[in-house]
Amino acid sequence: MSQSSPVASQPSENKPVYPAVNYLNADRGIRSWLLTLDHKRIALMYFASVLFFFLVGGIFAMAIRLELLTPGPTIMGANTYNRMFTLHGVVMIFLFMIPAIPGVFGNFLLPLMLGAKDVAFPKLNLLSLYLYWTGATLAVAGMVMGGTDTGWTLYAPYSTTTPMTVFPVVLGIFVLGFSSILTGLNFIVTTHTLRAPGMTWMRMQLFVWAIYATSIIQVLATPVIGLTVMLVGIEKIGGFGLFDATKGGDPVLFQHFFWFYSHPAVYIMVLPSMGVISDAIAAVARKNVFGYKMIAYSSLGIAFVGFFAWGHHMFVSGQSPFDNGAFAVISMFVGVFTAIKVFNWVGTLYRGAIAVNALFVYICGFLFFIVFGGMTGIAVATVSLDVHWHDTYFVVAHFHFIMVGAVIMGFLIAIHYWFPKMFGKKYHEGWAMVSASFIVLGFITTFIPQFLAGNAGMPRRYYMYPERFQALNVASTAGSSLLAFGFIIIAIYLIYALMRGEIAGDNPWHSRGIEWMTTSPPDKHNFTKPIVITQDPHTYQEPGEEVEHVVI
Amino acid sequence: MSSSDGHARAHHPHLADHFESIEKQDHAARLGMWLFLGTEVLLFAGLFLGYTVYRHFYHETFHHCSRALNITLGTTNTIVLITSSLTVALALWAVRAGKKNLAIGLLVFTILCAFGFLGIKYLEYAHKFEVGELPGKWFRAEELMQYPAANMYFTIYFLTTGLHAFHVIVGMSVLIWVLKGILKGRYTPDYYVPVELGALYWHLVDLVWIFLFPLLYLI
Repeated sequence: MSQSSPVASQPSENKPVYPAVNYLNADRGIRSWLLTLDHKRIALMYFASVLFFFLVGGIFAMAIRLELLTPGPTIMGANTYNRMFTLHGVVMIFLFMIPAIPGVFGNFLLPLMLGAKDVAFPKLNLLSLYLYWTGATLAVAGMVMGGTDTGWTLYAPYSTTTPMTVFPVVLGIFVLGFSSILTGLNFIVTTHTLRAPGMTWMRMQLFVWAIYATSIIQVLATPVIGLTVMLVGIEKIGGFGLFDATKGGDPVLFQHFFWFYSHPAVYIMVLPSMGVISDAIAAVARKNVFGYKMIAYSSLGIAFVGFFAWGHHMFVSGQSPFDNGAFAVISMFVGVFTAIKVFNWVGTLYRGAIAVNALFVYICGFLFFIVFGGMTGIAVATVSLDVHWHDTYFVVAHFHFIMVGAVIMGFLIAIHYWFPKMFGKKYHEGWAMVSASFIVLGFITTFIPQFLAGNAGMPRRYYMYPERFQALNVASTAGSSLLAFGFIIIAIYLIYALMRGEIAGDNPWHSRGIEWMTTSPPDKHNFTKPIVITQDPHTYQEPGEEVEHVVI
Repeated sequence: MSSSDGHARAHHPHLADHFESIEKQDHAARLGMWLFLGTEVLLFAGLFLGYTVYRHFYHETFHHCSRALNITLGTTNTIVLITSSLTVALALWAVRAGKKNLAIGLLVFTILCAFGFLGIKYLEYAHKFEVGELPGKWFRAEELMQYPAANMYFTIYFLTTGLHAFHVIVGMSVLIWVLKGILKGRYTPDYYVPVELGALYWHLVDLVWIFLFPLLYLI
């Protein structure tokens, strides 16, 4: 084992084998997929669905970027533009980012990592997938045919008075909320009741901790968005006047309702991604996770604090100065917990036997984006600064750093790290490096100019802008094409790998994660024999499988 | 049942393949239900927040509009619902004690209480529609017009009691489903978790009303 390509190389003596019977081929036919109770198959159906909606949302994003290439009208009218950013926001947030990592990798890996045969309620799991499809269909059909132009935030009174149709979208979001709640509930109960013998809480992998914290937010926050969109629907159809100032209603109340969910929702998106990093970084650095407990607890910390930070979206909505100050300080605590994680991740890399591969490129990208996005988060949480930046491209750039930078890097790492686990095949490392570079650089080129444009005063969601912002917008659009190009390369080599990829073997990364202790792809029942957990998680420094290059 | 047998899996007919014991499985089901009840509480919490905000804004109005509700009917409904909560708890006890007929009787009584509650609610709603004490743009009750934003009280009233009535219907349907199971002899002293979960849900429906009643009728 002296070859230079470090982790992804196979143990030289045995040729990797593809398990003859696995969850992919145990049952055949379309019914065996659509009516399956196997968490792994449900995960794959989520996978296909969220990738489809990622493509759809991405096309809308590109349309927006193309429109903003010139200060005046470019490729679409003003109304179409409004509909485009609504579609982009709703599709990316509710149909892609919220279900992405929990729905795909949570479903696939949580039972494996706990040493369980399935999630606690398999039927409920399938139901939540069907609810997701129903909600997605309603929301997208509603937006396309009804022409919803409110933005994903659905702010009243505009959403309740616009001539465009809003009802199908809010109904779709309501149904999607149910799906999200059922998934979260299932994961919490699974974590509590289906841990294998010997799997104590402090032996759970960090991805499990992250998914657990995410599930708590899903269960506790989602009912409130359900109520909120229900009220918007009732308001739009029935004219109950709840958010209508002419009838004594308070539009700001809508904002409180909305952000009570939608701020914690950011952590529904980013916490799983942090969990992915925590697991993958140990495998890439071939080293125990530094500060395991701190990373685990800080996930719970973010979940907790995230519930009390929503008011920072309303600094200019007429909140009292005291509330503004309180929400600002609480919001900054999120930065503290995030920083704890970042320091521990960097500590994990320090003096590790790092494998320089696509995973590592994404991890570096992730670390940069989360720090930059997080620091600008502290900046916009500062009331006096936010008054200047509110509703400008600065805010757009900030949350894209977290939601695209951090979340999508996490999603991509998850895809690459667990691709051999899910399909038993290897992808082409060289092309993966190429596309990873495109994506990281493309991302920086897309969003750094938006910080500058926003700081110079360019408002978000405007169809036209003054001449002086054009250079920055051209840069941003150019960057987004790089990003799109990177994703196209990924799609090509992953599809190729699926069809003719090299057989990966059970554990191509030599990872110590429990999910790798079974065949890749796993058996229908996950583990062919009952397992007992005897080790702490991520134990790379225990004697056992040889590490390829030496820790100094 | 030899469910404490650690080595061989105790073969309980309702034990799913992925659980190690029926106790674990029951625990999972209860935990899941409690979490679900938590989401229900948060769903209502939003409306309670709306209530708090508008009562704070229009304190006098809420006081006067509250007088327009029929306290006698409200109180009767409260008693009906609390009684039904007692009988559903007793029904669970009866199932656990193996007294099938008693369980059926108590559950039928509970379901009748639910119908009674909805009937009385219908009378109240019908009166409101008649005199125009309605939400938002539908509001046309002349004698309350003098109070600012009187429509808002009825917006809150209809939203909260409407959502609650919907939960009564759902809870009732669950109880009817449980009753069917008991009639078929599906639930025994060994396997009663679905009955327990149905009863838990019914308690939640009751609990929400216990908060709604004073907040709407007794201010």
